[in-house]
Amino acid sequence: MPVPHDSSPSGPSPVIAVNDLRMSYGDHVVLDGVSFTARPGEVLALLGPNGAGKSTTIEILEGFRHRSDGDVTVLGVDPADADETWRARLGIVQQSWRDHGRWRVRQLLTHLGAYYAPFSTPSRPRPMDVDELLATVGLTEHADQKAGALSGGQRRRLDVAIGIVGRPDLLFLDEPTTGFDPQARRDFHDVVHRLADLEGTTILLTTHDLDEAEKLADRILILAGGRIVADGSAAELSREVEGRTEVRWSRDGEYYVHAAADATRFVRELFEQHGDAIGDLEVRRRTLEDSYMTLVQRFESDPSTEARTLEAVR
Amino acid sequence: MSDTTTTRPSSAVTHAVRLGVRRGGIEMMHSLTNRADQIWIVVMNGIFVGVLVLQRNSDLAGTGFSLAVATLPGLIGMNVVMGGWMGTAQMLAVEREDGTLLRAKSTPHGMLAYLVARVTLAVLNTALGLVIFLVAGLFLLPGLTDVPLSGWLMLLAVFLLGMLATMPWGAVVGASVKSAGAGFGLTFLPMIALIAISGIFYPITGMPDWLHPVAQAFPVYWLGAGMRDALLPDAAAAAELGGQFHTLTTFGVLGAYAALGLLVAPRVLRAMARKESGSAVESRKAKAMQGWG
Repeated sequence: MPVPHDSSPSGPSPVIAVNDLRMSYGDHVVLDGVSFTARPGEVLALLGPNGAGKSTTIEILEGFRHRSDGDVTVLGVDPADADETWRARLGIVQQSWRDHGRWRVRQLLTHLGAYYAPFSTPSRPRPMDVDELLATVGLTEHADQKAGALSGGQRRRLDVAIGIVGRPDLLFLDEPTTGFDPQARRDFHDVVHRLADLEGTTILLTTHDLDEAEKLADRILILAGGRIVADGSAAELSREVEGRTEVRWSRDGEYYVHAAADATRFVRELFEQHGDAIGDLEVRRRTLEDSYMTLVQRFESDPSTEARTLEAVR
Repeated sequence: MSDTTTTRPSSAVTHAVRLGVRRGGIEMMHSLTNRADQIWIVVMNGIFVGVLVLQRNSDLAGTGFSLAVATLPGLIGMNVVMGGWMGTAQMLAVEREDGTLLRAKSTPHGMLAYLVARVTLAVLNTALGLVIFLVAGLFLLPGLTDVPLSGWLMLLAVFLLGMLATMPWGAVVGASVKSAGAGFGLTFLPMIALIAISGIFYPITGMPDWLHPVAQAFPVYWLGAGMRDALLPDAAAAAELGGQFHTLTTFGVLGAYAALGLLVAPRVLRAMARKESGSAVESRKAKAMQGWG
């Protein structure tokens, strides 16, 4: 059932609210004051280099790890003392699962779905219909195969199906499309869009595929050195890095490249000056990958700078 | 989003217990239809039944009974330790490694159902062994049909108490070991050693005296002794330590193991469950891969 998107300034209460989250193991600081929120139905991508603290953040939100300090609320509850009713509203897809190898796909989904039946509500019937779910993730023809006999991509789709069988309000996806071929990846993106748009599921995903983050996420968080160094849409991120857009053109058989802060203005001036002499014009906006590399490098070259988030830009 | 579930917690708990029993049943079916498991069941039980066949004509320490008559109850007792202790430890160690436990933790009341399933499967597996040995005994040892009802009731009591005395300790080992391989090594080798000194295949009276208290400190001996007590006529007690059955001590020792185990295991299991997370499973997987490489 679609959840009405409340656009009033106060908005609906956030699904995830993290404020000044800190985590350290002995002297080793993993999270150093992480703050962000997720609104209902929002798709958030958490990016960052390995070891930046992505997994730790997600595990704290999932209630699997106790934080050192800071305030965390997930679905209105502190995960550290949440109960099974709260647990029933979460869906979790971990990086790699090899469990239940002897179970057949349909049998496993039916069994695991049954745990959610006591938590069904009129507006969110739980669990999902298993046949529909199999069709959604494209496993219908593998329904009677053993989980252990599935290919890597099929297994991953089964993990996603298990993650959503309880019709979660909030879904965590940890590198969900690793090992997917392009078609499977596109199908998966459709599933994510459908969950967010039709079911109102809030989704927090981690990925190393920036293209995927740009396609799926309403908002991107970049975690580096235990802090959120950027928080905004892909477009906002490229603006944040004082984006210089690459402009290429040719004039009198010579080729030119220029990194322009304001590409539109630069091109206008270019034509004013040279008119018809300009050919082969190419304006290449910064990709999310460019922004990402700049942001992470900026942080790594000088970690002491106060992390600038994009709250101001919005 | 503001849905509030009106489920009474108690009904969700009962639901999870039912799912756990169902899960144990499904897993038993998986095991019975799995080729590797089938081979293990046939070979292991074949060896033990073979022992009975070979011992049929040997004499039990001058009592006039066949040695096989004493070995059958010993096997039944040993089977309880294998299913309750070794089976539970190995299953838990393997399923921590492959992420089954984390899956249970991610599911509402999944941990409860998981534990119920472990108990269900251990009891079913052990009961299967019991049936195999009893059926073999009916064919090989005519005396078995003379066992009175009280004997069968005692067998059932020792069986159930034995499961209670061994499963929690299996869970403690399974929850503590670092890898599935360690789970196997830490249970299988001590098992073999304890079986060897506990008078399962040969009367303990034939063992050096100093080994008797060692054997008596562990449930393997008492499960064997309890099953012999249940199934053998009084005259066979001549082959026991002190020339008699020690019924009270049997229940006392097994009861003590059960009580202490049920006290310790939940704490260890809770601590283990708390630590279980995606990165924990990942790092164990990485170590296991290294081990293979």
